[in-house]
Amino acid sequence: PYLCEERRVRANDREYNEKFQYASNCIMTSKYNIITFLPVNLFEQFQEVANTYFLFLLILQLIPQISSLSWFTTIVPLALVLTITAVKDATDDYFRHKSDNQVNNRQSQVLIRGLLQNEKWMNVRVGDIIKLENNQFVAADLLLLSSSEPHGLCYIETAELDGETNMKVRQSVSVTSELGDQNNLSSFNGEVVCEPPNNKLDRFCGTLYWRDKKYTLTNQNMLLRGCVLRNTEACYGLVIFAGPDTKLMQNSGRTKFKRTSIDRLMNTLVLWIFGFLVCMGVILAIGNAVWEREVGSLFQSYLPWDPPVDNFLFNAFLSFWSYVIILNTVVPISLYVSVEVIRLGHSYFINWDQHMFCSQCNTAAEARTTTLNEELGQVEYIFSDKTGTLTQNIMSFNKCSINGQTFGKYPLGPQPKRLDFTPFNPLADLDFCFYDDTLLESVKVGDLHTQEFFRLLSLCHTVMSEEKSEGELVYKAQSPDEGALVTAARNFGFVFRSRTPGTISTTEMGRPATYTLLAILDFNNIRKRMSVIVRNAEGRIRLYCKGADTVLLERLHPCNQELTNITSDHLNEYAADGLRTLALAYRDLTEDEWEAWSESHRCADKATDCREDRLAAAYEQIEQDMMLLGATAIEDKLQEGVPETIAVLSLANIKIWVLTGDKQETAVNIGYSCKMLTDDMTEVFIISGHTVQSVRQELRSVSLTGRTAACPPSSWSTLPCPPPPPPPPPPPPSNLMDNISGEFALIINGHSLAHALEADMETEFLSTACACKAVICCRVTPLQKAQVVELIKKHKKAVTLAIGDGANDVSMIKSAHIGVGISGQEGIQAVLASDYSFSQFRFLQRLLLVHGRWSYLRMCRFLCYFFYKNFAFTMVHFWFGFFCGFSAQTVYDQYFITLYNIVYTSLPVLAMGIFDQDVPDHRSLEYPKLYEPGQLNLLFNKKEFFICIAQGIYTSVVLFFVPYAVLSDASQSNGVPLADYQTFAVTTATALVIVVSVQIALDTGFWTVINHVCVWGSLGSYFTIMFALHSQSLFRIFPNQFHFVGSAQSTLLQPVVWLTIALATAICIVPVLAFRFLKLDLKPQLSDTVRYTQLVRQKKRKPGRLGARGGSRRSGYAFAHQEGFGELITSGKNMRLSSMALASFASRHSSGWIDTLRRKKHTSAQHLGGVQSSTQLCLWVSSSTLKLLLCSGRLTRYTY
Amino acid sequence: MRKNVSNAGEGCSCKAVFSLEKPFKGDVFFYYGLKNFHQNLRRYMDSRDDGQMVGRKTNLKNPSSYCSPFIRDQNGLPIAPCGAVANSIFNDTFTLFHHDSSGKSFKVPLLRRGITWYTDKNVKFRNPKVDNLTLAQVFQGTVKPLYWQRPVYELDQADPTNNGFINDDLIVWMREAAFPNFKKLYGVLYRADEHFTQGLPAGSYSIEINYNFPVQHFRGRKEVVLTTLTWFGGQNHFLPIAYLVTSSLILLIAVTLTVVWWKFGKNGKNMEE
Repeated sequence: PYLCEERRVRANDREYNEKFQYASNCIMTSKYNIITFLPVNLFEQFQEVANTYFLFLLILQLIPQISSLSWFTTIVPLALVLTITAVKDATDDYFRHKSDNQVNNRQSQVLIRGLLQNEKWMNVRVGDIIKLENNQFVAADLLLLSSSEPHGLCYIETAELDGETNMKVRQSVSVTSELGDQNNLSSFNGEVVCEPPNNKLDRFCGTLYWRDKKYTLTNQNMLLRGCVLRNTEACYGLVIFAGPDTKLMQNSGRTKFKRTSIDRLMNTLVLWIFGFLVCMGVILAIGNAVWEREVGSLFQSYLPWDPPVDNFLFNAFLSFWSYVIILNTVVPISLYVSVEVIRLGHSYFINWDQHMFCSQCNTAAEARTTTLNEELGQVEYIFSDKTGTLTQNIMSFNKCSINGQTFGKYPLGPQPKRLDFTPFNPLADLDFCFYDDTLLESVKVGDLHTQEFFRLLSLCHTVMSEEKSEGELVYKAQSPDEGALVTAARNFGFVFRSRTPGTISTTEMGRPATYTLLAILDFNNIRKRMSVIVRNAEGRIRLYCKGADTVLLERLHPCNQELTNITSDHLNEYAADGLRTLALAYRDLTEDEWEAWSESHRCADKATDCREDRLAAAYEQIEQDMMLLGATAIEDKLQEGVPETIAVLSLANIKIWVLTGDKQETAVNIGYSCKMLTDDMTEVFIISGHTVQSVRQELRSVSLTGRTAACPPSSWSTLPCPPPPPPPPPPPPSNLMDNISGEFALIINGHSLAHALEADMETEFLSTACACKAVICCRVTPLQKAQVVELIKKHKKAVTLAIGDGANDVSMIKSAHIGVGISGQEGIQAVLASDYSFSQFRFLQRLLLVHGRWSYLRMCRFLCYFFYKNFAFTMVHFWFGFFCGFSAQTVYDQYFITLYNIVYTSLPVLAMGIFDQDVPDHRSLEYPKLYEPGQLNLLFNKKEFFICIAQGIYTSVVLFFVPYAVLSDASQSNGVPLADYQTFAVTTATALVIVVSVQIALDTGFWTVINHVCVWGSLGSYFTIMFALHSQSLFRIFPNQFHFVGSAQSTLLQPVVWLTIALATAICIVPVLAFRFLKLDLKPQLSDTVRYTQLVRQKKRKPGRLGARGGSRRSGYAFAHQEGFGELITSGKNMRLSSMALASFASRHSSGWIDTLRRKKHTSAQHLGGVQSSTQLCLWVSSSTLKLLLCSGRLTRYTY
Repeated sequence: MRKNVSNAGEGCSCKAVFSLEKPFKGDVFFYYGLKNFHQNLRRYMDSRDDGQMVGRKTNLKNPSSYCSPFIRDQNGLPIAPCGAVANSIFNDTFTLFHHDSSGKSFKVPLLRRGITWYTDKNVKFRNPKVDNLTLAQVFQGTVKPLYWQRPVYELDQADPTNNGFINDDLIVWMREAAFPNFKKLYGVLYRADEHFTQGLPAGSYSIEINYNFPVQHFRGRKEVVLTTLTWFGGQNHFLPIAYLVTSSLILLIAVTLTVVWWKFGKNGKNMEE
């Protein structure tokens, strides 16, 4: 019986599973196939209001009483527009088909009748058992049955799903993990009953029924499609959800279609124009009514009313619709398609930009959405992820201080030589970069301190190693920091080889050494340090400790005072460079000391209540009187050019908010190193309250401080870890004024943010945050990232841009106006959700300041000109209405009307829209202020629109009345009057084409060959086509279609006509010229000034480089590190069964470490208010909170 | 008088007397003008069949529906030329007399040919093919437009080659005016005549008007214009005045802008901020 509330899957039983008709593993993201394409696509296109409107016009034109224009004036452009869009849709869909095919045809190994067979992904069925190998993508949502690793464990990377690159552990249910290999599995016939497909990535509940027993299944047993198997040789899984039912596909909802603000403005304006059109129609219809009553009725002997018309009112009604047809060119159909073409062009410029091409990873920038380009020129807020976006997520061992001597100076010179470790150390990691050879010398000569320094690094860590073949070491580090340190030690001759729960094997200067690992004093966020206690081959017991300098330096033996001072100086230096520092120390223990401590440690470990507290106290006890070895400085490698980019962007008045899931220290550290936070800042506020009240209180005092710039409130500190020298001195009174508008930065924690985003506090938070120059939100969830973006979108009416690289950024990328994905190491989820993608954060400045700015400028100029030219074109009909009895007679030839927008004037304005630029790219990077007009929306807004319209109407007046005044009384030299309709039509049309061409020539700021070709070509094509249409041969074939035979030469041979055209052009253009000159002289824009400067090639001062920051020291025991791995190692849980004797580790431990991890995550997720309640909670409270609490005297027991 | 269509066949003439103070030297052009006659109404302009006028036999007998409501007469016979434009042709005729000082009257000869566009006369308007038939036979089976006095093949009784669709007066009329007040060329002074080799001498003149075209019912007016021409056409006050005004304004603007530039524009253009 099939119930939609649950899904039943029986392993190895296709027949049974087919009863339920579950979706197959074939995915289809494409929209059309060959047959459905035309109807579906047309149906979609006519859902666009504009297309329907033109269809409506077309129908109107088919009514003979109304038809003031032939039907082809509308159908030609409409067909053109529909075709172009259809071609684009078809191409898009083709690529979707291709990618679908590629995914569907991936191979996977399916267990069929006890044999492994290669099958395409799309042929995998629910209930199949498939085998995955290391580094393979998971083909469907699987229930993990067994793996090659002990305990049915396997490791996966979920980068594509949630963007987290750290490995996750999945474990199979114990009964199935015992099944082992395929022979047993082929007879496995368990049945899974679980929930129906949903999009919750972190939840799964189901039950496995097998051999009359029930086993509960959780997310911990699932491998989801999109994950990659890592560090696991192979595993078997049962397909539970396939294809569109998988959580990955369920999550990839159709992306919301984004519209730019220009789009919205354009739509509003188009509506206004419709209103205007109707008004014109009404005016002319009223005119027609009056005229028909007064004149037309008397004129009936020459022109009787049409049969259905029996009075002037009905005539006026028809005339209204006729005028709607004629005047519809004020909103030409080509507007939308031109806008699309321009955007497409700009997108290609982005794709082709060599300056946004990353040669290392061989990826070019990609505009994945082609409709948002001009909005790139209006961005006011950037929300950036940290890891992978600002930083590369690569840590490199950069400097160190050993026994008071600093190493790691970066040599000057263009091509500094990397140290070559191989001759000295065959086990060296070739990717390791270090430049200072004095350190290597020091190791080689056998300096004891240096050796001890690296010995510490090779022993004191929780890294796992994997040695595939002799000397080919791969470290699996829990945090990249540790990896960097151990790798450094490896290269300097202290190679960590392997470990067992009780030993660590190393190779020291080529000699193998084995240490007995007595204890790991694990890292946590409060301790901010970790230690190991080892016994070396000679039996000496030593404690090695590494940790945050603030913590560690307090625990040194007093005899270290001098060295401490020197090392402190070095640490300050490193911190000033934005490096993450650690201090290293050791302590020799006697056997007695060790025994005593070991006993107390065991007691603490066994304690059932307050185990954590007791352990911490035990650790505290032994980590005393240590001897300082030195300090390390790790560079959390920023992406190239990040500080410069941020500096340029903030000069462009773009506010940058960093939203990161990282810890506060790390975030602040990066904030400093990428120059978002500077020491010149008046104040850096930190909000980390846990309750609504405290957050509100903090926000209030921030805004209070901001307003008064008074002394910093004493109750909470200004920096997370104030260095020994106190925080920046209170500003002198003379600076008071500056400080009110001074630079502030706000750092807010995720749990505080949750409160701040609540409805009653969000405005308060918003006003505070927006007053700050830099905002960093740390420990935020993906959802909160989106909420922050939504908050700004809702209240600030500003254009927001979100940039990130991981799947945890997807929500914010989707909710921001513009989403940018960094196509980096992390998965491609962010890129897939993004509108633009490139591989380096620094390309953002080019994307915004160059491409965005240009796009905006071009689009604005394009729209201005477009509305102008259509009003100039169309309004002539309006004026003519007063002379032709409001009879909806057009001024121009119908062919001219058809071709005006699509041939005669389309290309020059398209060329301008695509190629125009006011200042060259390097200038707009040099003067970020040039970006501001876009943010303020200065170039195209309602005012500018009305100016364009006014100019258009003015032009139409001139274009009608000047020929009218001249021609109505003029005649050819042979006496034939020029006042005939066709001469007038040709004169006006020619004048119009010339005037708008001159105007586009004036508007074009940047002439390329294409611009020239387009402008001259359009003029040329106008004359050519006109002469062709007015030629005798065409007339002979279709006499009723080409009335204008001979008009072109007859008209254009008249000097009077040319004098008229010249006059009209002058009258149209001169005021524009004069106005522009005046504006240039009286109110020059920055871009004008830059242009001018460019013109006269003035030597310019280089823009001042950012001064080197001398800085307050920010320590950085900022490990992206999780507690618990120490236990994992000592328990031996993650080691191969073969490599160790597990006997001593009783079942007490068997699931201990996972439980610990889970418990901690659980607690952190809750972030309960009661700070005092448990220490465990405090693990997750950032250190600053701790400081804060210390200051307020509430948690005095945590004195270090 | 002409309000009743049935009177169309009857003649009616009047005479207008005027005098020229100065002689009109050179070519003198004779125009008739109409005021408040809308040749530029949409349905009026559409109401013609260029296919018929270019001599297509099918269109001759089957005029295009555009000609509505002047396609066929009440008997169902096709009208040639069909349509409202042709139907409303201006059919007053003028004879100009010069009265010299001695009181003698000369008829001022007017050249009634060559008053059309070349393309109109030679391309746009063609008679149906005459294969050894007279024009009248060709047009057999069609009727004259409702308001016409004579059928199209008898428009010019003096010159048989000027009949049918290529009649100059018809062509002139069929070139619709752009505005409700317009003038159309009626004839050019025939200067081969010994009295008028220098143009029109000063003196008194009279025009005998054969009055056929009613205008009062639509409050129109008729006029007659005699004029000479220069190289770019007739006397035209607007163009030179407009040029003078525009150029002086441009000059003024140029001066103003120069002053403004001198005072403001020169600073602020350098990059020192």
